[in-house]
Amino acid sequence: MKTVAEINEKIKKGKAVIVTAEEIIDLAEKKGIKKTAREVDVVTTATFAPMCSSGAYFNIGPTKPKVRLGGGKVYLNDIPCYAGFAAGDFLLGATSLPENDSRNRPYPGEFRYGGGHLIEDLVSGKDVKLEAHTYSTNCYPGEKLSTRINIKGFNEAILFNPRNCYQNYNVAVNLSRETIYTYMGVLKPNLGNAHYCSSGQLSPLLNDPYYQTIGIGTRIFLGGGVGYVAWYGTQHNPGVERTKKGIPKEPAGTLALIGDLKGMKQQWLRGASFLGYGVTLIVGIGIPIPLLNEEICRYAAVKDRDIYAKIVDYSESYPQNKKGNLGKVNYEDLKKGKITIRGRKVPATSLSSYSKAREIAETLKMWIKGGSFLLTEAVEKLPLNVKFKPLKVR
Amino acid sequence: MIISRKIVLRFPPDLIDQPIVYRLVKDYNLSFGILRASITPKKEGLLVLELTGKKEDYRKGIDFLSRLKIKIQPLSKDVIRDEDKCTHCGVCIDICPTQAFVLDPKTREVKFDKNKCIACELCIKICPPRAMRVSF
Ligand code: SF4
Ligand code: SF4
Repeated sequence: MKTVAEINEKIKKGKAVIVTAEEIIDLAEKKGIKKTAREVDVVTTATFAPMCSSGAYFNIGPTKPKVRLGGGKVYLNDIPCYAGFAAGDFLLGATSLPENDSRNRPYPGEFRYGGGHLIEDLVSGKDVKLEAHTYSTNCYPGEKLSTRINIKGFNEAILFNPRNCYQNYNVAVNLSRETIYTYMGVLKPNLGNAHYCSSGQLSPLLNDPYYQTIGIGTRIFLGGGVGYVAWYGTQHNPGVERTKKGIPKEPAGTLALIGDLKGMKQQWLRGASFLGYGVTLIVGIGIPIPLLNEEICRYAAVKDRDIYAKIVDYSESYPQNKKGNLGKVNYEDLKKGKITIRGRKVPATSLSSYSKAREIAETLKMWIKGGSFLLTEAVEKLPLNVKFKPLKVR
Repeated sequence: MIISRKIVLRFPPDLIDQPIVYRLVKDYNLSFGILRASITPKKEGLLVLELTGKKEDYRKGIDFLSRLKIKIQPLSKDVIRDEDKCTHCGVCIDICPTQAFVLDPKTREVKFDKNKCIACELCIKICPPRAMRVSF
């Protein structure tokens, strides 16, 4: 048994033992859980995958005359932002598109530039165009604002993810006779391919399946900078079916994340276009797990072979919210690039980058080793009793 | 004068099972080498040929292909990858008709073999960070 405070003391003295969620698998196999739990202090987990539920909020300082953004319209590089706050605040979402974007026409639309790309441009230091139209008041007489601005020009620029770090995800396939264009990529007809999106054994919540250490307030690697778990993520759904070892077999828990955009790097925040679907943001996340006891160590030693994902048809079952049963498949088989569905061999590829997730887990390991990143104790645990339910349309 | 050109042919679905290459040989005295052949996601046929023959025969042969509504494109475009932008996700692997992308099982990085590429441009639109582009 160790405490977070004890581990932090070791980190400060340069004596902590830190390994990635991949490295711990071999260690646990060679040395056993008991010994590994005693010897290793921290396991680093990571993911680098597209997440549409990403965004950022900003604050601009006063102009002469003052302009009140709240209740008006705000655009960054022609992309509409949300301005229903006070005078200087507004919010930008990763999937937001310029009003004149042709969307999905001609089909499939290309979605060359949207909120995700804009966030990447800002992080890279580029100048963008800020425009606002609003109404005039006694205290805020200005009706218009038009200027160029870069990330340094904002008072605050904060990345916020209402949902990220999905604990497991679907394997998407297409049973129809037409190619379909989805947020899971281009799916070829008649089970022509399968796309999955999780770093599996490296993925944060799969290494802490009952949220024993990752909780509200946990300090993390976010987009190349430092961030925090702000809350449990939207659609958090921990009650799904699990394996004997506690691993959810379907999309389950999620995290809401927050961090200073000004400290992040373009390398780890990438705008992305999904043909026929839209724009999103690829976010790099790394989360440390303190090995406080043997149970936590056993969970962190999870391997791809023990993690199962649900195969879902995106031509009918997903869009119509119908139940379907195409079975489950483990990540070891997915990563081999071929899986069997209904007796057929189907090529499988990933949307989530395993090589980049590995790089993030290594980077976080170095940060902790170097003493610049200390671990935190969760302020509050993530709930285990929240449910994700369909909407009743009345 | 004998000429030899590399071209990319794209067939609409209804022409896939027609003996078109045979007619190029028989009616236009052209000889050919198949560099690559496949069927793309939209069920479009794709054929990369090296066509050789008399200049006049070559011109007529190309005319014949155009009349059939086959899209013809010289194999001269260069598709390149911006290494800084590629995230090595792997979505391009199953889209490329010529297996120009291969996942290295050890590093989990996606290797791009330019020599296999026939510049069909399918990967350009589907690569999420748009790391692939045509360079002229
Ligand atoms: S789809 Fe694009 S980013 Fe992904 S591996 Fe291929 S080239 Fe790289
Ligand atoms: S353009 Fe892209 S998809 Fe087409 S052959 Fe070349 S690498 Fe493959």
